[in-house]
Amino acid sequence: MFDFLEDYDLLGAFWTTVQLALLSAVGSLIWGTLLAGMRVGPVPLMRGFGTAYVNIVRNIPLTVIILFTSLGLYQTLNVSLGADGVVETLNFRLSVLGLIAYTSAFVCEALRSGINTVPVGQAEAARAIGLSFGQVLRLVVLPQAFRASVGPLTNVLIALTKNTTVAAAIGVAEAATLMKKMIENEAQLLLISAVIALGFVILTLPTGLILGWVGKKVAVKR
Amino acid sequence: MSSVLYDAQGPRAKRRNILYTAVFSVAALALLWWVISTLNDKGQLEWMLWKPFFTGTEAWSTYIWPGLENTLKAAALSMVIALPLGAALGIARLSDHAWVRMPASAVVEFFRAIPVLVLMIFGQALFAEYTDVSSDDRPLYAVVTGLVLYNASVLAEIVRAGILSLPRGQSEAAQAIGLRKGQVMRLILLPQAVTAMLPAIVSQLVVIVKDTALGGAVLTFPELLSSANTMSGYYGANVIASFTVVAVIYIVINFSLTSFASWLEGRLRRGKKSTGAVVGAGAVAELAAPGEHEDLQKAT
Repeated sequence: MFDFLEDYDLLGAFWTTVQLALLSAVGSLIWGTLLAGMRVGPVPLMRGFGTAYVNIVRNIPLTVIILFTSLGLYQTLNVSLGADGVVETLNFRLSVLGLIAYTSAFVCEALRSGINTVPVGQAEAARAIGLSFGQVLRLVVLPQAFRASVGPLTNVLIALTKNTTVAAAIGVAEAATLMKKMIENEAQLLLISAVIALGFVILTLPTGLILGWVGKKVAVKR
Repeated sequence: MSSVLYDAQGPRAKRRNILYTAVFSVAALALLWWVISTLNDKGQLEWMLWKPFFTGTEAWSTYIWPGLENTLKAAALSMVIALPLGAALGIARLSDHAWVRMPASAVVEFFRAIPVLVLMIFGQALFAEYTDVSSDDRPLYAVVTGLVLYNASVLAEIVRAGILSLPRGQSEAAQAIGLRKGQVMRLILLPQAVTAMLPAIVSQLVVIVKDTALGGAVLTFPELLSSANTMSGYYGANVIASFTVVAVIYIVINFSLTSFASWLEGRLRRGKKSTGAVVGAGAVAELAAPGEHEDLQKAT
């Protein structure tokens, strides 16, 4: 019954999914932190940019963004991200770019909710001993905010893992693409769906459980 | 909170801020310049490519409105079907009987852990193989099926959070005047919970509207995003123009929904008539991920 699975690179497809998720997670964590810094900072122009970015990107479907990286960025504007015309590499990099652009808006909001949990007195005390905005953020507020953000960031990471399937829209060979191909070729709809679903359950449930536990461990007790 | 992070600005801080503003503007302008000059090089700024959207109604009546109509139809259908299902699942998860609670929990956890696209692809194949839904209607059915399966389980958590957000005194008082369990739920808890979770339901509608675009990209469902594709073929490869127009439409719809949700939330929080219990728009992201969440544990 499971024989046909040997004809397909199931592990390879899920490995692509994991790679998409991990690379995008790192990228969006960096870009999202910068955005959060801009949104809470003293420079009005950067604050405006951060707010505009988050509100625009959050309200566009991820599918539109990823499709645009391929049709708009690559095919129309010829941004090829150093992929030298290798289609697989190109589409993979384009979807990572799209996922980062989209997910960082949510990372920014998760961090901001974390910053809001830090008591006002912490920042006030930091200012009172003469720290600058950058120091207040770097030495006092962000270390506590990150610890409080583990929960919300976990939810962003899980949503990101599920969102990697959108890369199927530009033909990245990840789990959903493989599922479509398998369903077209084999008459095993329920079995195929169950296997793919199980794969995602294995990816997302432990992430939630482990990081949920970590989140509780590191949270600042108040 | 943000103003607590930095002091009132003295002369040095002001100078520094002006410097940062200048550096940031230069970087932003350089990026903007690169984008515009590249667009210009590729001829994407030609008025010919943008004209269809600003003069005449053909682009709107032939491509955009029908696409938008399908997007909204799929979103509305999914919400209408998923709400009662979600309410049933959410209430079942609060049942005193393990044999009701456990299966409901399993369903909710399972469907929250799986991407909507996988559910849509499954729906597409399911309708093709086991029903005689015509191949024209199939994409709509598949999109709605996928959205319902996923959103029913998210809404179940929203309903559960809504009920648990009510003060314990509400159900205790109801029990004290002799109402049965069903009556407590139906007469006391649900009506208040529905109000409390309205902001969360409206924010979930944003998620649903965004997810309908998957149907256009992967399942040939003729919604707003796929009409951008069709248009750029028809109007001489105006990819940038078509995508911009479509993205703006999505932003307008979703931004109004988000604003409406936060207005509702503020109203409920300030309201004096109710208990002040509310499941906010911010809770949705949390309730959409699989696993037991802290807010709910605290309440139980």
